[in-house]
Amino acid sequence: MRFEAPETVEAAVSLMAGEPGNAQALAGGTDLLVQLKTGRVSPDLIVDLKRIPSMVAITQEDGGFRLGGAVPAADMLEDDALKAAWPGICEAAHLVGSTQVMGRASLAGNLCTSSPAADTVPAMVAASATARIVGPDGSRDLAVEDVPSGVQKNSLKKGEVVESIYLPPRPARSSDAYLRFIPRTEMDIAVVGCGVSITLDEGGIVTDAKVALGAVAITVQVVEAGAKAIIGSKLEDAALDALAAACSAACKPINDKRGTIEFRTDVAGVLAKRAAKIAYDRAAGVTA
Amino acid sequence: MSQLQISTTVNGDPVEFLCEPDESLMDVLRDRLGLTGTKEGCGSGDCGACSVTVDGRLVCSCLVLGAEAQGRQIGTIEGMAKGEKLHVLQQKFLEHAALQCGICTPGILVAAEALLKENPDPTETEVRYWLAGNLCRCTGYDKIIRAVMDAATEMRGA
Ligand SMILES: Cc1cc2nc3c(=O)[nH]c(=O)nc-3n(C[C@H](O)[C@H](O)[C@H](O)COP(=O)(O)OP(=O)(O)OC[C@H]3O[C@@H](n4cnc5c(N)ncnc54)[C@H](O)[C@@H]3O)c2cc1C
Ligand code: FES
Ligand code: FES
Repeated sequence: MRFEAPETVEAAVSLMAGEPGNAQALAGGTDLLVQLKTGRVSPDLIVDLKRIPSMVAITQEDGGFRLGGAVPAADMLEDDALKAAWPGICEAAHLVGSTQVMGRASLAGNLCTSSPAADTVPAMVAASATARIVGPDGSRDLAVEDVPSGVQKNSLKKGEVVESIYLPPRPARSSDAYLRFIPRTEMDIAVVGCGVSITLDEGGIVTDAKVALGAVAITVQVVEAGAKAIIGSKLEDAALDALAAACSAACKPINDKRGTIEFRTDVAGVLAKRAAKIAYDRAAGVTA
Repeated sequence: MSQLQISTTVNGDPVEFLCEPDESLMDVLRDRLGLTGTKEGCGSGDCGACSVTVDGRLVCSCLVLGAEAQGRQIGTIEGMAKGEKLHVLQQKFLEHAALQCGICTPGILVAAEALLKENPDPTETEVRYWLAGNLCRCTGYDKIIRAVMDAATEMRGA
């Protein structure tokens, strides 16, 4: 195995594209090193992305935020402007493992690992985030929901890396929230995760929303019917019940030691209601 | 595999070592640099016994490659006491009997020091969440939390 730590994205791409065997990008390594240790991956080449300035930078761009493909959660949680604009994304990042894991774990790594239970993915999807993917044929922007293609499979082609994640500009009175259910209070894998992003008009009516669920199907689920159920409402009980029903209907979960199909289906609806209310209060300026 | 030559700084001292490309920083510290204060509990990021800082950031050294240390500042438990003089946290761990077998202790001390640098006046809840990735199978955590809270008070000069 070889280890390289290039200083430009172009160099990283040409190393990854030029490797005839298995090449793996390294961001925080909190998934990759575990996989190396267990033998689940045995790369011929590891390309550390953290010496590339754009990969470790958080920048404001056209009213939104661009987060480099190797920015650790800990850096995000020290950025007050980011936390104010995207509290839901930041609370999802804050759930990724321990303090030590957050010192390294990136959004791009969480996305590329493509675990069905990845915490930041539903939050990014609700935020309509896009991944900027750079490869041998140039660069393209892909909706975050289109990156995972199966359990631990993603749609990146050989030689491609995620250079950054872009969080779009926020209209006034917009906010987001992410909640997950775990059997403990810390350090566990989501049984269900739910991200909700909301925009309100001056009268407090929801004018735009996006709802995403994690851990209830092979890949993250965008619940359009859930968003429709709350658009035009002030989250009255009927709207919230319709949101919950839509989220439960979108579930295609598995039974495992963490939760049964029935439990996951039910909890998806409960979490969606709660996350929508939190996002609503934040958008209305009631809570931070 | 061909070995890599790495220049880094450990506890303020310049250090050079050779390592395999897939060797963890934890293994480098323990097996190549003789810094065995950093412990291996799990090797998979779950227990925190291997906690160190890289450029000031608290991480699990079992989830860092040795090769990544090039040009970085590494902080380990060996850098905590100044000669014979224990750090306040170390002193408080002794006073509160916050350890039994001691395997978790270096990692918890390194993690607690990182917390108090960032937040000199944490609540008990903040200490418990910050240390949630440091497992201890002996103490039941209570004495650890009390030792950290007491050290924080003393370090604030209160
Ligand atoms: C103790 C522990 C607890 C954890 N808890 C949680 C949790 O609660 N919730 C959760 O969601 N996850 C959790 N994880 C999993 C992991 O921390 C996250 O998935 C993390 O976000 C991965 O990011 P990373 O930067 O460390 O990725 P890496 O390990 O560096 O990479 C992961 C994968 O993505 C690829 N990759 C990384 N960056 C890029 C890029 N920019 N472009 C292309 N490919 C890339 C790598 O090649 C690799 O295949 C935990 C892990 C540990 C060890
Ligand atoms: S040995 Fe590194 S976290 Fe357990
Ligand atoms: S003192 Fe034994 S594991 Fe903590």
